[in-house]
Amino acid sequence: MKPRFLTGLLSLLMPAMVLAGEYDLTVDRVKIDTGDFVKEGIGYNGASPGPVMRFKEGENVRINVTNNLDEMTSIHWHGLILPFNQDGVPGISFPGIKPGETFTYEFSIQQAGTYWFHSHSGFQEPDGAYGAIVIEPEGREPFRYDREYVVQLTDKHPHSGDRIMRNLKMMPDYYNREQQTVGEFFSDVSKNGLMNTVSDRIAWGGMRMMKADVEDVQGFTGLINGKGPDQNWTGLFEPGERIRLRFINSSAMTYFDIRIPGLDMTVVQADGNNVQPVNVDEFRIGVAETYDVIVHPKDEQAYTIFAESMGRSGYARATLAPEEGMEAAVPQLRDPARLTMADMSGMPGMDHGNMAGMDHGDMDMNSSEGMSGMDHSNMEGMDHGSMAMGKGGQSDPFYAKGSGLVPTAANGGKFLSYADLKAQDPLYEDREPTREIELRLTGNMERYTWSINGVKYEDADPIRLKYGERVRFKFVNETMMTHPMHLHGMWSILDVGADQWNPIKHTVSVQPGTTVYMETEVDEPGQWAFHCHLSYHAAAGMFRKVIVEGGPESAQAKTDVLVEDGGEV
Amino acid sequence: MSCIRSIVAVSFLASIGVSTAVTAQEMIPDTTARKQPLTTWGVQFEEFEYRYSDDDEELGVWNADAFYGTDDFKVRLLTTGEYEIEEQAYETLENQLVGQIPISKFFDAKAGVRFDTPEGPDRTYAVLGVAGLAPQWFEIDANLYVSKDGDTSAELDAEYELLFTNYWILAATLDASVAFSEDEEIGVGKGLVSTETGLRLSYDLIDRAFSPYVGVVHERKYGDSADLAEADGGGTEDWFAVIGARIAF
Repeated sequence: MKPRFLTGLLSLLMPAMVLAGEYDLTVDRVKIDTGDFVKEGIGYNGASPGPVMRFKEGENVRINVTNNLDEMTSIHWHGLILPFNQDGVPGISFPGIKPGETFTYEFSIQQAGTYWFHSHSGFQEPDGAYGAIVIEPEGREPFRYDREYVVQLTDKHPHSGDRIMRNLKMMPDYYNREQQTVGEFFSDVSKNGLMNTVSDRIAWGGMRMMKADVEDVQGFTGLINGKGPDQNWTGLFEPGERIRLRFINSSAMTYFDIRIPGLDMTVVQADGNNVQPVNVDEFRIGVAETYDVIVHPKDEQAYTIFAESMGRSGYARATLAPEEGMEAAVPQLRDPARLTMADMSGMPGMDHGNMAGMDHGDMDMNSSEGMSGMDHSNMEGMDHGSMAMGKGGQSDPFYAKGSGLVPTAANGGKFLSYADLKAQDPLYEDREPTREIELRLTGNMERYTWSINGVKYEDADPIRLKYGERVRFKFVNETMMTHPMHLHGMWSILDVGADQWNPIKHTVSVQPGTTVYMETEVDEPGQWAFHCHLSYHAAAGMFRKVIVEGGPESAQAKTDVLVEDGGEV
Repeated sequence: MSCIRSIVAVSFLASIGVSTAVTAQEMIPDTTARKQPLTTWGVQFEEFEYRYSDDDEELGVWNADAFYGTDDFKVRLLTTGEYEIEEQAYETLENQLVGQIPISKFFDAKAGVRFDTPEGPDRTYAVLGVAGLAPQWFEIDANLYVSKDGDTSAELDAEYELLFTNYWILAATLDASVAFSEDEEIGVGKGLVSTETGLRLSYDLIDRAFSPYVGVVHERKYGDSADLAEADGGGTEDWFAVIGARIAF
């Protein structure tokens, strides 16, 4: 842990000056105490989460990573633009870091904002191997704050990642404790009538699909900065200060709906890129996404940061307070989410004509969730032509029409939609994409297999892109689960219908029954990972290698040594 | 913060160093475990129980399976047995070793061998079966058996789980076997041989790994098989109270 100073001698001789920093990280076995349980896990510099890595835009960093485990490890710098061999994915970027070995990452920081890092080996990330990255920009930021905190979420489970994967393979509903019961049948009967309820159950039973299939892995304790709800991580403030909260969802599997009762939040950044400020009461953070929000508490009181899981099976909680030890009320979890037939509409071979009858049963049941305007004739998912901007959480163009997953703010106010995200300062000139690549997100819940275009990673050829092209990716979610798709190394320009103001992201959530488009300027040579960021979906096959062919001479990777042939596109 | 940061002004040589590293880098093939089929295993005791019959018969009974393999091919060991506690003898003891491959979205095909080694004559069968999830959540396991002597029989197992809550579960089971030829030596007549129906109310005590239950089981023999049992001095129908646990690990 001794700082190593680079010699300043050369700097006297050379005119161009750059920043350089050297950092050390060790990968260690650690104890993780959630307040609910204590578990052996993996961390950095002796703790999980690891340290907050603070870099400066324009800095050249050297990060020495020492593997103190008895297995291979790796660190992926999530969302950072860097040479592919520094990206930290074993088998794609580099071979990995052997036990006892120190690997030195070297790259220059070309961006600013909130990011994170995590192991890309096995299930080390769900086992605790993650940390935050904060990059200070070179220039002025378009918003003001007096204080900042990283708020890093995870879904810490008492079981190890390997065991969770095995249990899901043995019994896909192993962890699902929100399944429909006899009691729910009778409460549905009283709400929707016997015939509607019976035909609804028969329709879902016929598909062998569960309306309760929202969260695969339940039974976790939500942590914020490593602290469980009872341990209550607390961020201090002086009333009147503006606080920047850097939310990072480092969960293995869990989406969180985040609110701070009593405080408005202004979203200023998503996935490290500044967005035009949006005031919201609540927002949903997908796995691997980051959102920076600014809050402005004026009163001498405590506020609860409440992060409810999307399926309502668990939560994380923290506090903002003027003094240590103060706390505010912790809200109750809302009712578990239930999928609707609209969420199934992406599945091939679904006959919506036959299902319309019993779908009305659903509609009545969930009318409080904003099911008005459900239209069975038009369930193809999102349609940019007729995109209605979500304004009160009652509808959201990034969810299937009539979806049971459409989020609503607990206080009835504004819930953030992807449609609200507009780039503050577009990174790229807007231009026509050179081609479109369709990626169908596919899977089979009963077998717990997950794939892209029906092919698991083990059987898949790489996706080949040409340096310099602009590719439009079309995600078609044919499953009933939400998938946070993460392309390494290059930005994902999410199509929200705002043309050059489309937001720049690294992780794009695709809701069931929807089609989402993103564009990528193929500006980084080499090979990259592209996958669903739900740990157990990625491990079950929803994963691809992307090869970027060509590129500038100086950075061009040797493609002639490739053993793989062919390609998906 | 425990990582140490030092920022010094150095020349752009540092950045040249970075790009040299890139040029030297080759695009490696992925030989990690991620690129290999995921191999997994599991052991489940659907039934592991003590049975007490209306004739004061006491049995120790299990019905379990263990698998190892990938999505495309699994090896599965199925074992089931009924141990007569007073007589210290196995009324039934079946072990199957099968290979299993997916044949549709929800069903697998199985093929292998079955060894029956209870008290009395042993039997060896070839097994061909399908197992999976039928519409409306019925777990189905249907098998066709051909013995070494050419006797054929079939067995259908079906199970349905009713969730009173997410922890209190009522499982209804039906096992029925049919013989297409007589095997008098082991008490099997042609036609419907026997059924076993059960109702078990369980509580998931430790995850889904340990779920104690109580229940009732009804066993009945039919037709020629019933006649053979009666001729042998046995009963053709039994009611059992059962207590046990579902176990998975």
